[in-house]
Amino acid sequence: MNQFIQQLINGLSLGSIYALIALGYTMVYGVLRFINFAHGDVFMVGAYTGYYAARWINGRFNTEPSIPFAILVLTISMVVCAIVGIVIERLAYAPLRNRARLTVLITAIGVSLFLEYGGQQFFGAGPENFPQLMPNYAVLNTPAFTIMSNQLIVLGVTVALLIGLTFVVLKTKIGTAMRALSFNPTAASLMGINNSVVISFTFGLGSALAAAAGILWAVNYPSINPLMGLLPGVKAFVAAVLGGIGNIPGAALGGLILGVTETLVVGYSDKLHIPPSYRDAVAFVVLIVILLFKPSGLLGKTGSEKV
Amino acid sequence: MKGSASKLYLAIAAAVSFAISYWVPMDQYVREIVLTIGINIILAVSLNLVNGYAGQFSLGHAGFMAIGAYFSAAVTTFWAPKWFGASTDITSGFTAPLVFLFALLSGALLAAVAGLIIGIPSLRLRGDYLAIATLGFGEIIRVVIQNTDAIGGSRGFTVMSGYTNFFWTYLFAALTIYVVANLVHSAYGRGFLAVRDDEVAAEAVGVNTTKYKVIAFVLAAFFAGIAGGLYAHFKQYLHPDGFSFLKSIEVVVMVILGGMGSTAGVIAAAVFLSLLPEVLRFIPQFYERSFGIPLPHLIDELLKNRMLIYSVLLIALMLTRPQGIFGGLKRPAFLSGKKTRAAHVIPS
Repeated sequence: MNQFIQQLINGLSLGSIYALIALGYTMVYGVLRFINFAHGDVFMVGAYTGYYAARWINGRFNTEPSIPFAILVLTISMVVCAIVGIVIERLAYAPLRNRARLTVLITAIGVSLFLEYGGQQFFGAGPENFPQLMPNYAVLNTPAFTIMSNQLIVLGVTVALLIGLTFVVLKTKIGTAMRALSFNPTAASLMGINNSVVISFTFGLGSALAAAAGILWAVNYPSINPLMGLLPGVKAFVAAVLGGIGNIPGAALGGLILGVTETLVVGYSDKLHIPPSYRDAVAFVVLIVILLFKPSGLLGKTGSEKV
Repeated sequence: MKGSASKLYLAIAAAVSFAISYWVPMDQYVREIVLTIGINIILAVSLNLVNGYAGQFSLGHAGFMAIGAYFSAAVTTFWAPKWFGASTDITSGFTAPLVFLFALLSGALLAAVAGLIIGIPSLRLRGDYLAIATLGFGEIIRVVIQNTDAIGGSRGFTVMSGYTNFFWTYLFAALTIYVVANLVHSAYGRGFLAVRDDEVAAEAVGVNTTKYKVIAFVLAAFFAGIAGGLYAHFKQYLHPDGFSFLKSIEVVVMVILGGMGSTAGVIAAAVFLSLLPEVLRFIPQFYERSFGIPLPHLIDELLKNRMLIYSVLLIALMLTRPQGIFGGLKRPAFLSGKKTRAAHVIPS
């Protein structure tokens, strides 16, 4: 039981990072009906931006690890990645707006490879050690389980960003426009919504969340490399499908479920007779099961296909 | 190709590759490149059946290749010595070709079974979902191999025999082309194109779309298994990392560059992309010799980053010519006679 609580805490912390990435997939899918394969690599760019920003600030002002310092790095990284996301959309996806979906998918794979291997070129192929942004200590240390401050911060930042996102989507004008666009793009543009502005905004928002996930990931697992986005990206996609792609609360729920499942499988690997190195296969098994039995996801709506 | 003409083609291809493998001397370097090209042709042409003709986007081809490679290697390394006497090397003796053929075919059959298992659930998925699901299956295969200690796990697997030669590689390349080209141009095979062009309409006129998709998957997996077996007995060392998602992407790039649904284009792209790393390797030397100064460091570094070049190629191609370089081109009149085949074109 004690181990279970510990695994649950670890799983929630991992799952909330998946949830943040999954939100980007789901929002882009909502407005454009396509899977942004490069999203996981924006997450990587976020981690690297944080790495360089932290090093630069440290070099200039010789800061100690502290909460304001962490928030500053987080903000810089989110802003930079929002711009990166918008630029990717403008250059690579916007010219393909009315083309076959396969064309866009292949382009997205191309963008993803470009970010990964371009990253190897510019950041260096080897892993970098992410600097400490804030002090990490045990908040609650019982014999049964330990809660680290980093884990709490991951959860806290995720919840804060989720609340912010919900506010943007439900209460602001641009959020209403996003929902209108995902409902019916033609009707939305007839009602005076500038579709391309809304799409850019969606990409920017999703990429900023991915950047936040990148920083949180790097705080917990400080070794970063240019290919680090591949697996979390695909797993977050699985989380988005699990929750029902296009559905924002679903993506958050899917991320948490996936994170907890993965951690539990690894934690109980000896009892389940599964080697812990199978952890990366967990997400794919979940994906295949969900696609077979409930392709619309946990919270997704089923719609009939139009001919 | 008409029936008798295509059989003639197969016989000629077999004879020519046999003759070349016995009478044309090749040094190690040329052999390496030529065999890589042959294996890539098998991979790309077979993937084209799924991605190009049947219109399903699979990203798991490397997984099937891995199954074929590991299983056939296990046959020749572990089991064949037991069955065929003390000789631990199958490269000698007149039973050798039979053992090798048996190993290749058994690996390919296992890959085909995997294709069947993956094909059936994937029928329910379309487009992007299918791409991710096949990617997932491919990665699961890789993770399983990585954790199976009997075949080396993450240490890699050293294959005893290096039996793959020009003859076997190009015999199977010719066979792959023969099967795929004849299948899709037969009355029966038109079903693949129907599934690709409009699945709902195809179903409405009575095409069993499920059956066609499964057949495409199984056949493609079978030939990927063959390619894997050839690869295993050519490199003589297998590592699970060599069959990751990136290997699948490499094959996908060949199919897309050549033009999905154009066998000739895909072959050309497979040859081109197999040669590309070698050409890129020579550019710095060539530059230095002709201009007397070394290539700028940055460009030199960029040329070495093969995947970066692939990615730029993919994006540029999708923005300018999504049907691929050769896709949608009609054959010159003197090659095709009166009939032109317009069915190769993917509507964009």
